[in-house]
Amino acid sequence: MWNKKALVQKLEAVNEYEQEPIPTNKLKGWKSFLGIYAGEHTAGTEFVIGPLFVTHGASAVDLVSGLIVGNILAILCWAFYTGKIAVKTRITLYYQLEKIAGHQFTTIYNLVNAGLFCFLAGAMIAVSATAVGIPFDLAMPQLTDIYPNSIGWIITVFVIGAITTVVAMFGFDQVSKFANVAAPWMIMVFIAAAIASLPRLGVTQVSEFWPVAQEVIWTGIPLEGQSKFTFWHVMFFAWFCNMAMHIGLADMSILRYAKKWTYGFSSATGVFLGHFIAWIASGILYSLFLIESQNSLTFAPGPIAYSAVGIAGAVCVIIAGWTTANPTLYRAGLAIQSINPKWKTWKVTLFVGFITTIAACFPALVMMLLEFVALYGLILMPLGAVIFIDIYVLEKIGLRSNYALVSKSKMNWSAALTWGITLVFCLALNIYGGIEVFFLGLPGWFVAVLVYIVASKINQKRPIVKSPQPVA
Amino acid sequence: MKTLVKIISFIGLGLSIIPAILVFQQSITPDTCKVLMTIGTIMWFTTAPSWMNKTEEERG
Repeated sequence: MWNKKALVQKLEAVNEYEQEPIPTNKLKGWKSFLGIYAGEHTAGTEFVIGPLFVTHGASAVDLVSGLIVGNILAILCWAFYTGKIAVKTRITLYYQLEKIAGHQFTTIYNLVNAGLFCFLAGAMIAVSATAVGIPFDLAMPQLTDIYPNSIGWIITVFVIGAITTVVAMFGFDQVSKFANVAAPWMIMVFIAAAIASLPRLGVTQVSEFWPVAQEVIWTGIPLEGQSKFTFWHVMFFAWFCNMAMHIGLADMSILRYAKKWTYGFSSATGVFLGHFIAWIASGILYSLFLIESQNSLTFAPGPIAYSAVGIAGAVCVIIAGWTTANPTLYRAGLAIQSINPKWKTWKVTLFVGFITTIAACFPALVMMLLEFVALYGLILMPLGAVIFIDIYVLEKIGLRSNYALVSKSKMNWSAALTWGITLVFCLALNIYGGIEVFFLGLPGWFVAVLVYIVASKINQKRPIVKSPQPVA
Repeated sequence: MKTLVKIISFIGLGLSIIPAILVFQQSITPDTCKVLMTIGTIMWFTTAPSWMNKTEEERG
């Protein structure tokens, strides 16, 4: 029998240490991170991003070399940047930011952050819905769709949204366990779907793969109306598609549980399985779909995977979307909860899950995923630069770290200016310089660093009072 | 018993990819592959949760 009181007690017992460093006995071993990263980055987004390189006409050589270089750069960021800071502080990004920038600033940041997380989780719920809808003969969304195209679509999205929200309500452990179980199976199905499709592309021997890859799959010619992708596009996309997580430091929430900063290297499982093998696999599947459907506008990962390997493929799409949506919802919940720590994690997650599910009803979220992913990383990146400088540089140049905390300020204008000026600079580069959104993160980070140091110099007028050294 | 469950899990995982390789080699049909992969999926998800994610304490 369902015991409501026991369930509420269990939910309220979920303690994710949002406002305090993780106790030593709660730290997790490297296996936990291998599972989390492999599950999170072998995900529903891969079914959308892989086809991007096909539509944008990346050549096979540019794709493979760009992915290898970009992925290595991303792993280095996760280890040397996110891992080091997460293990040094052992608190969430949100609490760290509050100490630096103040409560008012963090409230605004958290709302923006939670909104972005909701949209990303929503897109993944929509991807799952394309697979769940197969047995019901659901009308699938088209590349040009913005609004939901049927009541059936809305019902399907709400069912998946409800399940995702309930799992996320039980906290990090449940998410971690589910990702651990699903990850090895998912990558097998990703690879299997591509291999089983190869004969339909004319590949019946291993030696035939590379010529077909160059001439049929990644031809180097973009589809009509799409921009051309070069090595640099692929490399920067692979590096920055998770910019919010590594350089933007959102993964402090995850890596603060790590025993050592080197666990940041465990992101390699996710990056090379998800952002290499899975992107290549989904590119192969989409290429076959385009050929067999004579360039249909339908964009539905579920039916594409189902066509390749049957029920296992459809279930893979559902779970791939789910394992991305779950930790993303969890992060969104943390972001909102840090506004008022008295709010219970599970209640906040329930609210966030509801908003996310409504967003997921709109197919435009999936169709514009690439622009969204790039923008999302860019918006959160400047605050990662602020935290980096605050922890490693400010005290060395005679300024105070955690300025909002020591000055009891609710708004550190240095951080606010850094965020605003950096984004305006990036926007100007995009509009007036014609620099595509994929490339803006790198110059933006240096601008953020520069602005924060200069603004802090101006903003912090009081000298540091050094604490007396203990007498030996 | 635990070993048997693990063996079933890994057979399930194998059934999630080996049939696709056999399709590539044209040893089995795509339809057979789909059935075998479905069986593999069921085997994995019904057995793997019982031995994955165990803490040191739970393992004894």
